[in-house]
Amino acid sequence: MTELAIDIENLTKDYPYGFLHLKKRRSLESLTMQVQAGEVFGFLGPNGAGKSTTIKLLMRLIFPTAGSARILGKPISDIEMHRDIGYLPEQPYFYDYLTAAELLDYFARFHDFTAAERRERVQRMLKKVGLESAGRIQLRKYSKGMLQRVGLAQAILHDPAVVVLDEPMSGLDPVGRREVRDIILELKKQGKTVLFSTHILSDAEMLCDRVGVIVGGKLQGVGAPSELVGVKAQGMEILFELPADAASGGELLAQATRTGDRYRLQVEESGLYTAMERLGAAGAKILSVTQVKPSLEEYFMHLVEADRAQSAAVEVRAK
Amino acid sequence: MSSKNYIALFLFVLLGFAGVWRLQERIDVQQSEVAREDDQLMLRSSKLVKGLSLEYAPLVADIYWTRVVQYFGNKQAENQVDLRLLWPLLDVTSVLDPQLMPVYHFGSTFLSDASPRGAGRPDLAVELLERGLRANPDEWRLYYDLGFVYYFDMKDYAKASAALYEGSKNPKAFIWMKAMAAKIATEGNSTETSNFLWQDVYNTTKDPLVKQNALRHLQLLRAEDDRKQIDVLADEYQKRFGRRPVRMSELVQSGLLRREPVDALGYPYILSEAGRAELNLKTPLRDKWIKAPGSK
Amino acid sequence: MTRIGTVALNTFREAVRDRVLYNLVFFALVMMAAAILVGQISIGIEQIVIVSLGLSAISIIGLLISVFIGVGLVSKEIDKRTLYALLAKPLRRWEFILGKFAGLVLTLTVNTAAMAAGLFLALFYVKRSLEQADTVVLIAVYFILLKLALVVALAMLFSCFTTPLLAILFTAGLYIAGLFVHEMRGLQGGLIDPMLGRLLRWISYLLPNFENFDVMGAAAHGRVIPGALIAQNTAYAVVYCAIVLAVAMAIFSQRNLK
Repeated sequence: MTELAIDIENLTKDYPYGFLHLKKRRSLESLTMQVQAGEVFGFLGPNGAGKSTTIKLLMRLIFPTAGSARILGKPISDIEMHRDIGYLPEQPYFYDYLTAAELLDYFARFHDFTAAERRERVQRMLKKVGLESAGRIQLRKYSKGMLQRVGLAQAILHDPAVVVLDEPMSGLDPVGRREVRDIILELKKQGKTVLFSTHILSDAEMLCDRVGVIVGGKLQGVGAPSELVGVKAQGMEILFELPADAASGGELLAQATRTGDRYRLQVEESGLYTAMERLGAAGAKILSVTQVKPSLEEYFMHLVEADRAQSAAVEVRAK
Repeated sequence: MSSKNYIALFLFVLLGFAGVWRLQERIDVQQSEVAREDDQLMLRSSKLVKGLSLEYAPLVADIYWTRVVQYFGNKQAENQVDLRLLWPLLDVTSVLDPQLMPVYHFGSTFLSDASPRGAGRPDLAVELLERGLRANPDEWRLYYDLGFVYYFDMKDYAKASAALYEGSKNPKAFIWMKAMAAKIATEGNSTETSNFLWQDVYNTTKDPLVKQNALRHLQLLRAEDDRKQIDVLADEYQKRFGRRPVRMSELVQSGLLRREPVDALGYPYILSEAGRAELNLKTPLRDKWIKAPGSK
Repeated sequence: MTRIGTVALNTFREAVRDRVLYNLVFFALVMMAAAILVGQISIGIEQIVIVSLGLSAISIIGLLISVFIGVGLVSKEIDKRTLYALLAKPLRRWEFILGKFAGLVLTLTVNTAAMAAGLFLALFYVKRSLEQADTVVLIAVYFILLKLALVVALAMLFSCFTTPLLAILFTAGLYIAGLFVHEMRGLQGGLIDPMLGRLLRWISYLLPNFENFDVMGAAAHGRVIPGALIAQNTAYAVVYCAIVLAVAMAIFSQRNLK
């Protein structure tokens, strides 16, 4: 059996609100979930679904109403657990009077490195997140994306076995997102466990061994992305061009979607050949035929809609 | 946090405060040696204080006023007679807030009353009251207090009568003030008048310290009366037996007194070697007694 | 211990970079002006004026820093979420509180020491000499520092469970109440209800007694301060800070960060 990196059991969090905090709003409902060692785990959900709550509970920034969690076999109340974990908060913000290098040096001091080790690590991390030239600039002058990079650097500074990233891609441009993806893949290669939350599904699909989908404070499904969405193809898509002098494609053409010069047509697998013959007869030039798979996004939207329909009572905590 | 930790924290806090308490008692001893008194009134200049207090002068006056009461109360509790700071404190307070009435009533009472009950400065009491009257001409009570100072402590019966008369013109004033003004004008000092005035203070004042002081005065007036009567009896005894009595029991045995007389606090009067009635050595009234010059 | 020190040094660095120590320039100007003015207009009371003015300025500037930065020590880190990444490090929450406290006390120490140096310079300028008796001014400065440490501890305690604005009000209120402890204790002798008097007396011993640290009058007049008072005031500040910080740490250790 593989070792568990993160073991969450029945984790529940109520937030008090209202006058004198007498009312309670449940933001996480009995979450039970495991992350295996060495796995990249994506934590998916719309805004306010309970992703950040879960991560903050794991980091002991907030305390659970009920339930428990262990990281690397240690209960999360054990301070020693923090030696082996790295954490990137959502929309991170750091002491703006420090430079990136100073901040990393400050954080490194909590990990008993020697001065030489600290210097070497700080430089290495700045290079890794692409900030070596900005290391001497005070963080108050940093853009959101740069802060995100600094946050990533401090999370992996001490070579932790488990890295927890809260929305690591948010606020980044495409280049930055690509770089973060590369860092996550590199961590995976080094055998680290990565848990990251996101609401961007393509990221999760691309990176994760497994994902957990949380909606309305409840875990709705866990598994490999392909498992979750199912492998059964839903049909075929034909991409074709229609010359200007072509004869009318009839009803088929009416079903197709036109983008620019090109048309897309979705058909049942069994009706593929008939459709192609008819298109050919109409003078269409067929460019490609691909299998249509349900995306994670569809699965996700399905869950969200089901949740909304089923319990209008569950208020989505507005951020 | 576990309940064990809660208990530990609770004990720590408890123990800490016990330590703080002990330390405070020792610090108090040291601080009193560093002479707190000068510090209590670093700012004696009323003009300066008023300037520094900006628009909050009335509030600062309230603080000064609590200091006045404090200062006087502490002196009373410690049985100290040195009331040098009473005037500067009252001075600053009355400048900061000239409408603060208790200052005049309380201040004049204790400024003018003779030591050991007060500061023995009727002149300053008059100054304070006149300042009060300039700011509050409609306050007939200030005339009442002024009449008091003139009558009891300056023995200036003409001015006392004039002050009471001036105050009595106010329709709200006590109706007896006009009559009392006339009585003082014709008779000057009389036990009856004194008794009446103190009794009135006792009945009407809202200030506990002033009330207490009035009670003392009433008790002292009664003692004065009692002593006079005992002396009369002692004279009678001398006529009958040819010598002055030296013990109160002799007066009782002779049938002149039914039992040994006691003062307002229940302490029996005593007779001096010369056969004159005196307050008991143990009675607290004695502390407030103004000793006649030359006597012990 | 190292971790507490690390937090403390960073707090100090923040204060320096946020130009907190710039107040020293202001203080220097005040002292210079006072020295020149006093040198010209007064004879015999230079010591009193310079010392009272200097100690008052040290106290007021220190109090402002203690209350406003003291309240912000914790609340600002929560508001700006700088605390999140930090607490994921192997740093206990109580260590964070102690480190922050130590950092601001260090800042205040440096600040106060610099101002004290300025005060002695001004004193030397008007008197053209310094005597043995002037050490009493040093003791007064030390007492101010003890007082400031206590204010910082209180400010931190309040900021651990309430909003910054309320924390400032509470701290200021408690400071002012702590200046009238003597009055509270003396409120007896028929003035008020004996039960209330006893209650006030109890409270007066529990309130932080800021009068203890006030020896400005003695310092201005060059009177001797007994050694025992120095020891007792030190012990008082240490014990009281320990109580306040213990409660602050207990509260903060359980606080949910938003």
